[in-house]
Amino acid sequence: MAIEKFSTLTSSCIPLPIENVDTDQIIPARFLKATTKEGFGDNLFRDWRYDKQNQPKADFILNDPTYSGQILVGGKNFGSGSSREHAAWAIAGYGIRVVVSSFFADIFKGNALNNGVLPVQVSEDFLSQIFAAIETDAKTTVSVDLAAQSITIDATGASENFEINGYKKNCLTNGYDDIDYLLSNKEKIEAWEKTSFY
Amino acid sequence: MAKTLFDKIWDAHVVTEVSDGPTQLYIDRQFAHEVTSPQAFNGLRERGLSVLHPEKTIATPDHNIPTWDQDKPIADPISKFQVETLTKNCEEFGITLYELGNNKNGIVHVVGPENGYTLPGMTIVCGDSHTSTHGAFGTIAFGIGTSEVEMVLASQCILQPRPKRMLISIDGELDKGVAAKDIILYIISKLSTGGATGYFVEFAGSAITSLSMEARMTLCNMSIEMGARGGLIAPDQTTFDYIEGREFAPKGADWDKALDYWNTLKTDDDAEFDKAHYFKASDIEPMITYGTNPGMGVGITGSIPTLADIDEAGQASFKQSMQYMGFEPGDQMIGKKIDYVFVGSCTNGRIEDLRTFCNFIKGKKKADDVVAWIVPGSRQVEKQATEEGLIQIMKEAGFVMRQPGCSACLAMNDDKVPAGKYSVSTSNRNFEGRQGPGARTLLSSVLTAAAAAVTGVVTDPRTMLNK
Ligand code: SF4
Repeated sequence: MAIEKFSTLTSSCIPLPIENVDTDQIIPARFLKATTKEGFGDNLFRDWRYDKQNQPKADFILNDPTYSGQILVGGKNFGSGSSREHAAWAIAGYGIRVVVSSFFADIFKGNALNNGVLPVQVSEDFLSQIFAAIETDAKTTVSVDLAAQSITIDATGASENFEINGYKKNCLTNGYDDIDYLLSNKEKIEAWEKTSFY
Repeated sequence: MAKTLFDKIWDAHVVTEVSDGPTQLYIDRQFAHEVTSPQAFNGLRERGLSVLHPEKTIATPDHNIPTWDQDKPIADPISKFQVETLTKNCEEFGITLYELGNNKNGIVHVVGPENGYTLPGMTIVCGDSHTSTHGAFGTIAFGIGTSEVEMVLASQCILQPRPKRMLISIDGELDKGVAAKDIILYIISKLSTGGATGYFVEFAGSAITSLSMEARMTLCNMSIEMGARGGLIAPDQTTFDYIEGREFAPKGADWDKALDYWNTLKTDDDAEFDKAHYFKASDIEPMITYGTNPGMGVGITGSIPTLADIDEAGQASFKQSMQYMGFEPGDQMIGKKIDYVFVGSCTNGRIEDLRTFCNFIKGKKKADDVVAWIVPGSRQVEKQATEEGLIQIMKEAGFVMRQPGCSACLAMNDDKVPAGKYSVSTSNRNFEGRQGPGARTLLSSVLTAAAAAVTGVVTDPRTMLNK
């Protein structure tokens, strides 16, 4: 199953300036009963987004029509907690293609990439600049260029480079996933198995 | 070249290095459960693939099962469907399954070790972050996402960037009433929930080598809560004694061969780590968390930090967590009223944990207004607790033991703490809503939970230990 290709994106942003946003917030456990990947976007940030009567909470950012876009900008240590890929499905399902933070939890980063969502890690300073730009103008846009590995705040022209390994970059650019790669290595797997202790 | 234990196991499992990319690592053992596997099996079906080595994956439903009336059909139709989907998938792909009611059913991370599936030197994965538990046996064990579960099913391999290596060494003797859970909550409170992100941790030092296997599992279980990819401990005689005789452990000549290999699994004297932290066991007291991530913990006699103690960037989250918890900065923890106690989970749901609990409550009574859920980690733990008379001790003190499963650790089933209520829990996460929408979780050791269960307030267990 191919993942959705990514090359460049220019979009307004959804700001979430909270540190340690964990996977239980991104998608609470009671929504993990599904057996397919569909529909998780509706429950993204469920308990911040809806009250006990399932009414949208007016003060949560996803319910504020001022903010929209395909780029989610989060505080430090985004995606900590569980390995549940449902968190990445919820973010992708909501239509987010890029998550920006100054620090990501490891498993989340991998899960995002495996679902065509690009985690962009920036400096603390650049992250504050993005939040400031959004505060000045809710419709401000940020541009992400995967080939150049750059992220730019369009209003100020401020730009920073981000890291991604060549393999993952290639996968995302061309829409390949890891299974395609692993299966092309069958002989190497069999060769390794001859040396296995277990 | 001198190598760390981590390097030795990792290097032995490299199938190939992807140029400018991750390592293709061979996986010896995969554990699976109902929540993170259905989409992986769907993926295989869509691609027309089979499972490369069905015998290397072991499955058991645990997250989404009731802990009462397990002999009856699951009442919630969606949960029932998910559990049945696991059964169907295991049948179709030829995978060993310990289904609900089977005498080997239980939480994956309890079932694996107690049946001898978890062995030193292995690479182990599961679609569950607390797979780090198995590191207690000297394995590279880590949680993975569902796409990766599919990869392992299809190819017995995974693509992983090589983590850096961290040493956490704790020397000295623990105070009476201080447990492995307190060690790990203490370390996380010092390093923060992101403090070991990008690293694989080796725990060492005299305070670690003197721990039982159960306690080592508790410790490694929560290494993920400081962001680490996993945590491991070099196998030693304690490890071998635990494994010997378990159903799927090597036997006879295979056992001797295995021992020879396992004895090589230690960090070389002059091996280097990318980072090292040293702690003293005598600095650690029983811990309790006050906030909404596992790093927000203090010694039980301590108080919640004040705003001035928190750096500026963290203040918004700190205030939000205080509001969620209904606590004030600077509050003392001892004496805080609690409503629920949960003893269980893959962190503290083993037989040793239930023994510790029963030792403490023996001759005492559960506080009237506390609801207590005592949940064994597996059917085997349940059986052992029955045989050892623990259930009787619980009964006399006013406690009832439920049936095994993840239960209130993540509240996917009916074991949910109501909104606004306080729960002292031996599980591993105190995130907002983790134990139910609006539930307020205080993480602690089994002893501290037991003390809260009999007093109804946060209590230093050291003040009321039985002889
Ligand atoms: S007990 Fe809790 S942490 Fe452990 S596997 Fe179950 S849900 Fe995960």
